[in-house]
Amino acid sequence: MKEVTLEIDGKEVKVKEGTTLLEAAKTVGVEIPTLCYHEKLEPYGACRICSVEIKSGNRTRLVAACVYPVEEGLVVNTKSERVAKTRKMLLELMLARAPSAKKIEDLAYEYGVDKARFEKESFFCILCGLCVRYCAEVKKKNAITFIGRGTEREVMFIPEIASRECPSCQGCFDLCPTDGLRANFLLAQALTF
Amino acid sequence: MPRLSSVNELEELRQDILAKRDPQKPCIAICAGTGCLALGCDKVITAFREEVKKQGLEGKVDIRETGCPGFCENGTVVTIYPEGIFYIKVTPEDVTEILSQTIIEKKVIDRLLYVDPTTNEKIIHEKDVPFYKYQKRILIGNNSKLDPKSLDDYIALGGYGALAKALFHMTPEQVLEEVKKSNLRGRGGGGFPTGRKWESVRDAPGEPKYVIVNCDEGDPGAFMNRALMEGNPHSVLEGLIIGAYAMGSHEGFIYVRAEYPLAVDNVRLAIKQAEEHGLLGENILGSGFDFKIEVHQGAGAFVSGESSALMTAIEGRVGEPRPKYIHTSEKGIWDKPSDLNNVETWANIPFIINKGVSWFNSIGTDRSKGTKIFALVGKVNNTGLVEMPLGATLRDIIYKIGGGIPGGKKFKAVQTGGPSGGCIPEAYLDFPIDFDELTKLGSMMGSGGMIVMDEDTCVVDVARYFLNVLRDESCGKCVPCREGIRQMLRIFNRITEGKGEEGDIELLEEISEVMRDSSLCALGQTAPNPVLTTLEYFRDEYEAHIREKRCPAGVCKALISYYIDPNKCQACMICLRDCPAGAIEGGKNLIHVINQEKCTKCGTCLEVCPPRFDAVRRMSGEPIPVPIPQEERVISRKEKQ
Repeated sequence: MKEVTLEIDGKEVKVKEGTTLLEAAKTVGVEIPTLCYHEKLEPYGACRICSVEIKSGNRTRLVAACVYPVEEGLVVNTKSERVAKTRKMLLELMLARAPSAKKIEDLAYEYGVDKARFEKESFFCILCGLCVRYCAEVKKKNAITFIGRGTEREVMFIPEIASRECPSCQGCFDLCPTDGLRANFLLAQALTF
Repeated sequence: MPRLSSVNELEELRQDILAKRDPQKPCIAICAGTGCLALGCDKVITAFREEVKKQGLEGKVDIRETGCPGFCENGTVVTIYPEGIFYIKVTPEDVTEILSQTIIEKKVIDRLLYVDPTTNEKIIHEKDVPFYKYQKRILIGNNSKLDPKSLDDYIALGGYGALAKALFHMTPEQVLEEVKKSNLRGRGGGGFPTGRKWESVRDAPGEPKYVIVNCDEGDPGAFMNRALMEGNPHSVLEGLIIGAYAMGSHEGFIYVRAEYPLAVDNVRLAIKQAEEHGLLGENILGSGFDFKIEVHQGAGAFVSGESSALMTAIEGRVGEPRPKYIHTSEKGIWDKPSDLNNVETWANIPFIINKGVSWFNSIGTDRSKGTKIFALVGKVNNTGLVEMPLGATLRDIIYKIGGGIPGGKKFKAVQTGGPSGGCIPEAYLDFPIDFDELTKLGSMMGSGGMIVMDEDTCVVDVARYFLNVLRDESCGKCVPCREGIRQMLRIFNRITEGKGEEGDIELLEEISEVMRDSSLCALGQTAPNPVLTTLEYFRDEYEAHIREKRCPAGVCKALISYYIDPNKCQACMICLRDCPAGAIEGGKNLIHVINQEKCTKCGTCLEVCPPRFDAVRRMSGEPIPVPIPQEERVISRKEKQ
């Protein structure tokens, strides 16, 4: 496969064609934060926290590093002001949903989210879909899924499958960046199994 | 009907059809589109059929159930050919008279004519009605000339001639070159050059290649795709087959939303007819080219109109967008090269092939060629579908064709491009409308929705309305779109409830910027447009809501009050009786007072107060005067003295 040369945060990177920016950055030790990414799962591009700024020609724009494939001569900036501002707002938005999630709190602190300008809501879940995709892609059980659309979207265990599969598996629990999944499971177990 | 296996046979069929038709025979064309159907056109059609029998006119007059001619507000619309006499708001009760007077006696029935609201003149012929007169009806014009359920009608008008020309006189490369040179741009919203899209699909490695019609029209108030799909489905099919030939595709999909049942029926029938006639399927017209089409019904998601979401839906999964860093033209349905174009884009293709590139390039502006159908709705006298050359001004559309704003009100803004578009104020009424100009103004062409607003519209409320639409229509996958909309809506609710704070405007702008920059698909990236354009052009209204707790248009209920002026009130009891909340106190000869605690701010009192008294006032941002003491409220009337 062809090799592609690009620049990430001033460092020259040579990787195989088809590599994502996130993977390419890792090879030169550039850390990009992620929440919905997992190396065992298909990239999803939903949390957008891995947004980085790319420059091709005179145009700069933000792209999600976990899904954007490398291009010859691309100049990538993972720490620009625009990137920091975007990540800060995204974290602020996520923190309003899941106020006590350690992983998000830590990232929020790192990006200087100092004030909570949005009303808190106790969803506990940021809908990163790690659990849903793990169950579908790795376990191939589809015991947990998304329901609803737009702001009504939520994650739900499917009682018929979950009551059979989940008690002995629970493999998705440790992937969850918040504590929402465990609570969700206990609730589902109590109410529907 | 035997399959047509050559161009000659198609031409012979056309000649046969034409030979059997007498252009001088009276024909009553009745709109059978969804708009008129809602107004009862089915009953009008039945009445005509029965009455023709009763009056013994069978064989002497044709009745044609047509597609939507666009003037929906005046349905049921009926046009009598060959004269082109145009009747509006026809009901079954008018049918006997139309047959006896207009068809037999050749007399025009005055009361069914359209009256020009600006001149009060009655207009007899369709072509003279201002709504039609100033349009350039290339795509939609045939809607009233054919029955969408009749392939014969389409062929009589030269239908499938462009397909025959492409298959037998052009190579696929020549067809592609022709579309590229035409500079046709995607009519679904993006305005991407169609020819370039086709080329990348044609050049992309991988077989099979798919071609798709996007009829998932979902913008509030937009229905141009529906009108074409219902009214002239064969024109869309013909365009699609030509495109498939150019791109080397042998399989196509038509994605129609299930909420368009008539469009689904008509296009299914059209596919069946085309297959039976050898215009679709294997060895089309004996050319050796094979192509089949499948209809896929959408399940009512706005976001499924987004190309990657639509393709995911066709694959049988939930219609959610996926990252498009690898274009769908390379990896679309089942990761195969796929071309998706809007209904209106496809409908342009037969015209470009038939009439040529120079004809098409003679219409429109420098970078936007051809016509565009707009759905003109809202506070405008003539609502309906308007087809104009690109580059026409908003003023032309709203005033010349739309007949201006009703009730002598002032124009305030026009929202173009649906929930992802923006509000354009009066200052830009003379700007030419094309893809680039609208983008410059912070709005977009979108699918061509055009919602006109008058001075009684609150732009803050409008922006809130569109966010509300998107709150339900976002797929909810990515954080900026889902959470950004949720929080923006919170702020909007606060502002319109009079709880807005300093800093709210800046926060809205901050969220908007992040949504634009980092959302996964175009829905999220453009969702802030209504907010940003209203902030740009009407910032003072936002400030009035936040700082003065005043809604300048008098719309936001929490910020308005109704008040009865004691000096003008004649204690006539009308508002007191009509108030649905029982909030008006008073009596005969006792001046009325609104109990503000009980008032639900519905505005009924203002509506019913006789204009000669003019006693009810809507107030915003000012204190309500203290009611006058009980003893001063008694009116002693002169005549009783």
